[in-house]
Amino acid sequence: MRVILSSALQQHIFEQMEATYPNEGGGFLLGQVDAKVVTIEDIIQVENVFAEEEQHHRYAMTPQDWIRLEDEADERGLSLIGYYHSHPDSPAIPSEYDREHALPNFVYIITSVMMARAEDMRVWLLRADRSAFDSVALQVS
Amino acid sequence: MAKIRIPTPLRAFTDGAANINVAGGTVGEALVNLVDQHPELRDHLFNDDELRSFVNIFIDDEDIRFLQGLDTEIAVDESLRIIPSIAGGRL
Repeated sequence: MRVILSSALQQHIFEQMEATYPNEGGGFLLGQVDAKVVTIEDIIQVENVFAEEEQHHRYAMTPQDWIRLEDEADERGLSLIGYYHSHPDSPAIPSEYDREHALPNFVYIITSVMMARAEDMRVWLLRADRSAFDSVALQVS
Repeated sequence: MAKIRIPTPLRAFTDGAANINVAGGTVGEALVNLVDQHPELRDHLFNDDELRSFVNIFIDDEDIRFLQGLDTEIAVDESLRIIPSIAGGRL
């Protein structure tokens, strides 16, 4: 499995995640899945609704955000294929909290933002038995 | 029969189907019927017998947690929807 992301969309994610620093930010990934290649066609930033005092280490969306974006993806002939969020001053590695709230077959992009600067982006997939994430190759085109 | 809409990532466990017809007079019975039909869904929806905290069941625009939870009665032609709550956070 590999994930293809344009350099323009990657830059948008970096800019968004730097803007939300020192809090976490995130959004949905829309695109196509073809055999073992996931192509991200668009990113949609979504407001962090976690309690404000916890946003430096937590990110959440509402169920209504999911409904809205899943319906939008359907209308555009795309799929809701994953989500992205930031880890401020922390590595781009999934936490136990990430794993507990994750779904399989869903691309997780994590951006490490160190001292307000996006420095690393990694892609992860939850194993079907929920035991751990596996790293996925990211191709920035 | 009632119908449950499956979120995109979990359709891999329903042979790609977006909507599954289910039997049952309550939301809980409908979900049991759903995982009987597609057992691989169980671990992603339930933790033991409890719905996982990030799994929401909606009837139209209403979250069943604000109705009677899994005991919420459903009509034979009810449309349910499984909605994940996305959440994450650093180490």
